[in-house]
Amino acid sequence: MVLLIEIIPDKCDFCGCCVGVCPEDAIELKEAEIKIIEELCTNCSKCVWSCPIEVLKFNFDKTAGKKNEK
Amino acid sequence: MKNEYDIIVVGAGPAGSIAAKYASEKGVSVLMLEKDRDVGYPVRCGEAVSLAGVEEFVKPDPKWIASEITKFSFISPDKTEVLIPFEGKGIILERKIFDYELANSAAKNGTEIITRAYVNGLLFENNSVAGVKYEFRGKQYQIKSKIVIGADGVESRVGRWGGLKTFSDFRDMESGVQITAANINVDPNTCYFYWGSEYAPQGYLWIFPKSNGLANVGLAITGDIGKKRSAISYLNDFMNNYFPNASVLSSVAGGIPFTPTLEKIVNPGIMLVGDAARQINPLSGGGIISGMIGGSIAGKVAADAIISNELSKIYEYEKLWHDRLGKRHEMFNRIKNGIYKFSDEKYDQIAHSLVGLPDEKRSLGNVAKRAVINNPSLLIDVAKVFFSK
Ligand SMILES: Cc1cc2nc3c(=O)[nH]c(=O)nc-3n(C[C@H](O)[C@H](O)[C@H](O)COP(=O)(O)OP(=O)(O)OC[C@H]3O[C@@H](n4cnc5c(N)ncnc54)[C@H](O)[C@@H]3O)c2cc1C
Ligand code: SF4
Ligand code: SF4
Repeated sequence: MVLLIEIIPDKCDFCGCCVGVCPEDAIELKEAEIKIIEELCTNCSKCVWSCPIEVLKFNFDKTAGKKNEK
Repeated sequence: MKNEYDIIVVGAGPAGSIAAKYASEKGVSVLMLEKDRDVGYPVRCGEAVSLAGVEEFVKPDPKWIASEITKFSFISPDKTEVLIPFEGKGIILERKIFDYELANSAAKNGTEIITRAYVNGLLFENNSVAGVKYEFRGKQYQIKSKIVIGADGVESRVGRWGGLKTFSDFRDMESGVQITAANINVDPNTCYFYWGSEYAPQGYLWIFPKSNGLANVGLAITGDIGKKRSAISYLNDFMNNYFPNASVLSSVAGGIPFTPTLEKIVNPGIMLVGDAARQINPLSGGGIISGMIGGSIAGKVAADAIISNELSKIYEYEKLWHDRLGKRHEMFNRIKNGIYKFSDEKYDQIAHSLVGLPDEKRSLGNVAKRAVINNPSLLIDVAKVFFSK
């Protein structure tokens, strides 16, 4: 699955809120490092809705790109 | 550092430090691992607690008390203010110092602590958790233990790896933002709570004053609201409208799971405490004291299980927690489900009826009573919380 969730790393506060709501355990958060594990992510968007400071976004462009590829 | 410990605690927040302190006090060997560089920093917290709650665990020290609280102020959507004297005493902590002090008290009892140690997996033996894997300065390590205590806060991956469901539904996760700001001219002994759709729908906005004109100003909303509008945008609007001259000295984001405790907080070889176990008070979002209570019970039970060489005894922790606070939290959760869905008009109605009451009748109990007038099924729960002992 193409990863549609994007992180703006410079804005992230590493608070863990998104990790706490991710049903797939797809987000890894070290001291000052965050990453989404692509193979686990189902693009459900729960992390996006829960991020208090708008660091995560759902990238519709990628869906468009994928459709165009077909 | 040893090759193996009786207990490994993951996370050096209040719940982890207290678990480590109570366990090591009984003479068992304890290692506590913390992924951040500093214990207690960054402070993702409004820092408000009851003095009596802290006193159960540490002697109050002016070093970590920023201010004392004697009154609550509830502000409804039409800006009606209801002032209520607090029967006990509240304090606003300096959590950075407080958390340090708690970790220090664990270390004094013999707990070894490593910071910058990121736990990224568990070890298993005979279907039981038997230690952790962790990363420290770019290198991978494994270390065995008889019991792992997951105190890894709201993000709580440790429990999931040990077979416990620790993630929260996004509708129950309150996404919080907070600033500590100067030039917030409010009463230094009053905690302020703002309710309604302008401030923080399905949550609340708080101002907790610290000394020297500083205050923590923050709010939390559910993921359901966050779908439409982020927590930070609510806070920015509030600050622009109410405190345009404030200077922001620091800001943090953080999640607060407003739910009752997880159904299962123990599996073979693993116990969860604090936010990881969802031991937060689901009505107020306060989790420091309740996390320390969970941590103290778990630490003692774990040490006893090791000393008696009967590891299955760790299951006693679930019942002890449930009897002490878990059942109460379920009741608070029901109240929350009623109160947080009120319309702005309802909050205003409640505030108007309370403003008319003489001072001596304005108690938290009365606020709760008014709040449930239109939802009688809540009354039984509220009565249990506020009027029984
Ligand atoms: C904005 C906000 C305001 C709040 N206001 C209040 C308030 O006024 N009063 C109150 O009582 N409560 C408040 N809370 C809740 C309170 O902060 C928490 O309930 C409390 O900190 C929980 O303590 P804990 O020890 O369980 O977890 P934490 O304090 O979160 O500690 C968990 C620790 O585990 C570490 N960790 C996580 N994963 C790993 C890993 N894989 N490896 C190693 N270490 C790891 C983290 O770095 C962290 O240090 C607030 C929370 C927020 C977000
Ligand atoms: S989109 Fe869903 S699965 Fe993917 S990281 Fe976010 S919460 Fe996890
Ligand atoms: S919720 Fe937002 S700020 Fe917090 S760790 Fe996730 S991406 Fe970063």
